Amino acid sequence: MISPMTLIISAVVLGAFTYGFRVAGPLLHGRMAPSPQTQEWMTSAATVLLVALCVTSAFADGKEWSDPARPIAVAVAGLAAWFRAPFLVVVLIAAVTAAVIRLVT
Amino acid sequence: MRRLLDLLGPATLRDLLLVNVAVGLVGVSYGAITVGAGFEIWVPTLMSIVVFGGASQFLFTGLIAAGASPIAAVAAGALVNARHLPFGFALADTVSKRPWLGGYLMIDEVVAFALAQRDPARRRLVFFTCGAMLWTFWNVGALLGGLLGQAIPDTDAWGLDAAFPAVLLALVMPAMRQARIRNASLLGAVIALALTPFVPAGLAVLCALAALLVVRPHRAADAGTDAGTGGTA
Repeated sequence: MISPMTLIISAVVLGAFTYGFRVAGPLLHGRMAPSPQTQEWMTSAATVLLVALCVTSAFADGKEWSDPARPIAVAVAGLAAWFRAPFLVVVLIAAVTAAVIRLVT
Repeated sequence: MRRLLDLLGPATLRDLLLVNVAVGLVGVSYGAITVGAGFEIWVPTLMSIVVFGGASQFLFTGLIAAGASPIAAVAAGALVNARHLPFGFALADTVSKRPWLGGYLMIDEVVAFALAQRDPARRRLVFFTCGAMLWTFWNVGALLGGLLGQAIPDTDAWGLDAAFPAVLLALVMPAMRQARIRNASLLGAVIALALTPFVPAGLAVLCALAALLVVRPHRAADAGTDAGTGGTA
């Protein structure tokens, strides 16, 4: 993994970007808002990234495929989320399903 | 304090507490997963204070843990938080007296709560109360989770490795009800998975954005406007 110094600098840079996005509106007093198309593209891009990270971290560790327990557990949790189970329940279902599959296999 | 509680009213207070407990527990899972992935105990706390944005924090540490370069992780995290830009414009009047603090506290749940209030004074009160509470719950949660992750030697046996993708899935599920975004996301997921054995992990995730070239999620593209020019707005 990367060195602590690189990690701290990266975290601060990400923090600066994040703060810049949030504080821009208040500092400009609501003038110069980004166009609806730009806003919609940013929302879509963020969602696509999060879903891609979700499936790659469900199916793989780096370049190696994971054991079957993890993707199965995530799929079960996804089903619960689709049927509007509370956030916490979804996360608990994922952890418990993976743990139980590993216990019995 | 008493006056603040009276001003907010019991119904709003109950909702605030429920959201805060949920966010606190997601903070616990963030701390535990991050430490379980091999980061030191101070990393979840540093991230939670400096960035203060759940999805981007999961994305950032997840990518680094998977071997991505810091630049890729920062870029991906920043792209996720770019969704906060329109929030700032929507709530510019609400935080006009304290823009620097208001900008720092402007996370999804705070924005949702504040926008639900019609009266400007009440909206301001709810924004800063909710923001201060969520900041506290999120950071205490991340710290406790880090300690928990340290105490459990084998996080995989507890299924904690499945908790991270599940958190992401729960975060994006509301957006998945829109067919266009769902299609783009599914195509992106296929691209990322297909590339996973061949490229560094962070790069595979970023390549998922290519899906947006094929499936255009916004309506303007369907109406025949060239998305590249963006001249209509």
